[in-house]
Amino acid sequence: MSQTESAASPAPAATRPPRPSRGPRPTFAEVLHDVAAGGVTRIIAAIVLSLAIATVFIVFTNEAVLGTLGYFFTRPGDFFGAAATAIGDAYVAMFRGAIYNTRADTFAAGIKPLTESLRFAGPLIAAGLGIALTFRAGLFNIGGQGQMIMGAVWSAWAAFQLHLPYGVHLVVAVIFGLVGAGLWAGIAGWLKAKTGAHEVIVTIMMNYIAISLTTYLMRTPVLHDMSGSSNPTTRPPDPTAVFPPLIGGYDLRVSFVLCIAAVAVYWWLMERSPLGFRLRMVGLNPDAARAAGINTGRMTIVAMVLSGLFVGLAGINQSLGRDGNFGPGIDSGIGFDAITVALLGGSRAMGVLFAGILFGALKAAGPTMQLANVPPEILGVIQGLIVLFIAAPPLVRAIFRFLPEPREITDIATGQKPQLEQKEGE
Amino acid sequence: MKLELRGITKRFGPLVANDSIDLVVEPGQIHALLGENGAGKSTLMNVLFGLYQPDAGEILLDDVAQHFSGPGQAMAAGIGMVHQHFMLIPVFTVAENVMLGHEPSKFGVIDLPEARRRVREISDRFGFDLDPDAIVEDLPVGLQQRVEIVKALSRDAKVLVLDEPTAVLTPQETDELMVTMRQLADHGTSIVFITHKLREVKAVADLITVIRLGRVVGSAAPTASTDELASLMVGRDVELTVRKGAPKLGGEAFVVDGLTLFSPTGQRLLDDVSFTIHEGEVLAIAGVQGNGQTELAETIVGLREKAQGSIRLYGDEIIDDSVKQVLEAGVGFVPEDRKVDGLVAEFTVAENLMLDRSGTGPFTKGLSIDFAHRDAFADTAIAEFDIRTPGPQTLVGRLSGGNQQKVVLARELGRELKLLVASQPTRGVDVGSIEFIHERIVQVRDSGVPVLVISTELDEVIALADRIAVMYRGAIIDIVPADTPREQLGRLMAGVHE
Repeated sequence: MSQTESAASPAPAATRPPRPSRGPRPTFAEVLHDVAAGGVTRIIAAIVLSLAIATVFIVFTNEAVLGTLGYFFTRPGDFFGAAATAIGDAYVAMFRGAIYNTRADTFAAGIKPLTESLRFAGPLIAAGLGIALTFRAGLFNIGGQGQMIMGAVWSAWAAFQLHLPYGVHLVVAVIFGLVGAGLWAGIAGWLKAKTGAHEVIVTIMMNYIAISLTTYLMRTPVLHDMSGSSNPTTRPPDPTAVFPPLIGGYDLRVSFVLCIAAVAVYWWLMERSPLGFRLRMVGLNPDAARAAGINTGRMTIVAMVLSGLFVGLAGINQSLGRDGNFGPGIDSGIGFDAITVALLGGSRAMGVLFAGILFGALKAAGPTMQLANVPPEILGVIQGLIVLFIAAPPLVRAIFRFLPEPREITDIATGQKPQLEQKEGE
Repeated sequence: MKLELRGITKRFGPLVANDSIDLVVEPGQIHALLGENGAGKSTLMNVLFGLYQPDAGEILLDDVAQHFSGPGQAMAAGIGMVHQHFMLIPVFTVAENVMLGHEPSKFGVIDLPEARRRVREISDRFGFDLDPDAIVEDLPVGLQQRVEIVKALSRDAKVLVLDEPTAVLTPQETDELMVTMRQLADHGTSIVFITHKLREVKAVADLITVIRLGRVVGSAAPTASTDELASLMVGRDVELTVRKGAPKLGGEAFVVDGLTLFSPTGQRLLDDVSFTIHEGEVLAIAGVQGNGQTELAETIVGLREKAQGSIRLYGDEIIDDSVKQVLEAGVGFVPEDRKVDGLVAEFTVAENLMLDRSGTGPFTKGLSIDFAHRDAFADTAIAEFDIRTPGPQTLVGRLSGGNQQKVVLARELGRELKLLVASQPTRGVDVGSIEFIHERIVQVRDSGVPVLVISTELDEVIALADRIAVMYRGAIIDIVPADTPREQLGRLMAGVHE
């Protein structure tokens, strides 16, 4: 406790800004760190738990099952039979919708659900990486929505406004999108570095600004084809600026490859590069980073801009991964789902990749599950539960007793982390 | 109420934070608990307040043994605590804060008038001048502290524990607090006054118990002289000897001239500090914690902005340089709190050894970190500095304090130095490592580098120093030779200059 004493010590000392970790409760950054550093077992436990609860939900929303409840005590067997059928149908439908359609005539048609899962996974992975990057740097970027919209709109503008040859046009449009999203995210980083404005608040507000601004522009000639409908939309992109399909016959486009490449870039950046080293250092111990000569404010800006680039790629994937125009809902909630993906992936490159594919598969499975009488909202429930369980590690540990205790536990009494080293006395 | 602690022992793993501590506070007595940071005062009070369970020993109130499993029980038994950091809700009024947790109610509705009345009553009894309807965050710190005291008294506290109460107060507020304490004691409240400031202890305490390294090392009456108390506090039991020859002094290498620093709130943190260190010389700064040593080190390395005066390293002005520039100019910095400023606990030993050199230099190759060099450097450092770790990829947070400190030292000494600034280089470090770290610092000196050591351990200062500068209230009160008698150093540390 010597820091506590010295931090607010007598006359000459008293002024160092209070250190976050000394309070009686863990700080936002510490919670963030705990949550973001989820172990693999804990994550699997969270998924299992969520699916288990979802199963209960499936059973009790199924009409056939509800019918048997009326005479449950006379013939309980009917209830269990109907429940088993409902569960079986639901998960078979999930498989058919997300991985392989067993009812298809050809293999090529049967495998289409898998390509759909990957198509949905691409932007989730890219945006997830962006959010994960801020987690690693001790920040929380909730502005995925706005940054995606900026990425989509800037790239769309370049796609219909500039007229360039094949290849060049697409590259230029992608760069436009990245710049737009990166700058947009950078504003939040800059505000935090210069004024201390909390990035959570700022990025949320920037979402509203992004939506409203683009909705407005989608009614003006800047983005809109005024001769067409009055709904706010962009103009359709030149065919030269649209991602071509990856394999003929499927909707999966070349942009998916970019999202996978982003995983490799993210891994290299965070694990191998000096910049990633510094970002992680600032995220884990900003005081030590400052004492090591690192400009933590600049790192905040850099982290937000980099985050915006990854999230922007998701937006570009949305805007140029289609042949037609789009409206202000282009982000499809991916900006927020990305937070879940980053949490689920433990903010690591491979983790985000798998989490993105999982969530992409859940999205792809939606329509087929609905046909099997499963309300599509169940998929949202599963996602929500996964976040809940991951964000509340003690809860999952209480349910699964075998999970290891976290390496560092905050002492409830003092709010201090019990130190593994020999203590100084207090 | 009479408070008695008998043989309280509290261990954290291998460390004994409280070693069989006995303490008796008579009714109406102001009992000062004096000790350096880390002596075990706060642990003891947390035991008293039910926040920790003692491993041995018992707590008695009026000769009846008590068992507290939480603060609620301690409060119910009549113990009140005023924490160093106030436990107040800033946007609530004084009355609301005071009643928080035991709200008076009438027909299930909170009885705010009753709460106001209580505040007014207690406030009047002690002349506190508190408006029950004032919003707490609008009050000056001294009054906020009174709210805390009223809060404790409104729960009928008979024993009041004040944990470093003056740390946040101005001198005037401190004086007022002492008057308040005396009034409370005259009304029969027993007061435990935790502090490390000698002047206050002498001014207000009836009896002084000195704690050092978790043990009671002595009791004294307030009439005891300051240097008697100081020497009890810093202790004499460990005689540290460092084998070192006479310094081979070179030219003037590091010059601090008229260094002055104000806090954002206008407090004078550094007051016209001037000194010179020659090549191959150790200048050690002695002083009681909190007299500007932290600020001095931080200002030198660039962690503090807007300092006035001059800091010259071999003639180059570095006062306005950023931390990065200062480090690149060849200043090695061992921060006083390695866990906060020196290390990233979740990083590996190897990563921590390159913490301040991720930008350029041997640790990068092209755009990537040079992992081969990093690991080779780590292997060398582990061998050379005898860092006891399972390996370079072990998380540094898992090492013992001494080995953590060796990581910091290995990093800072692992490059060409023009100046070494070492703050509390052996705080919380085992005896074996202390010796090793001291030897390395002397080696640095003998290689011709100027060294600034800052320590609150007088033994350490005497062992390492070629000259000793004593800091008091942000100023250097005197610079004396290393063989100055302890008694004279103690007097200087207490601000007495003859």
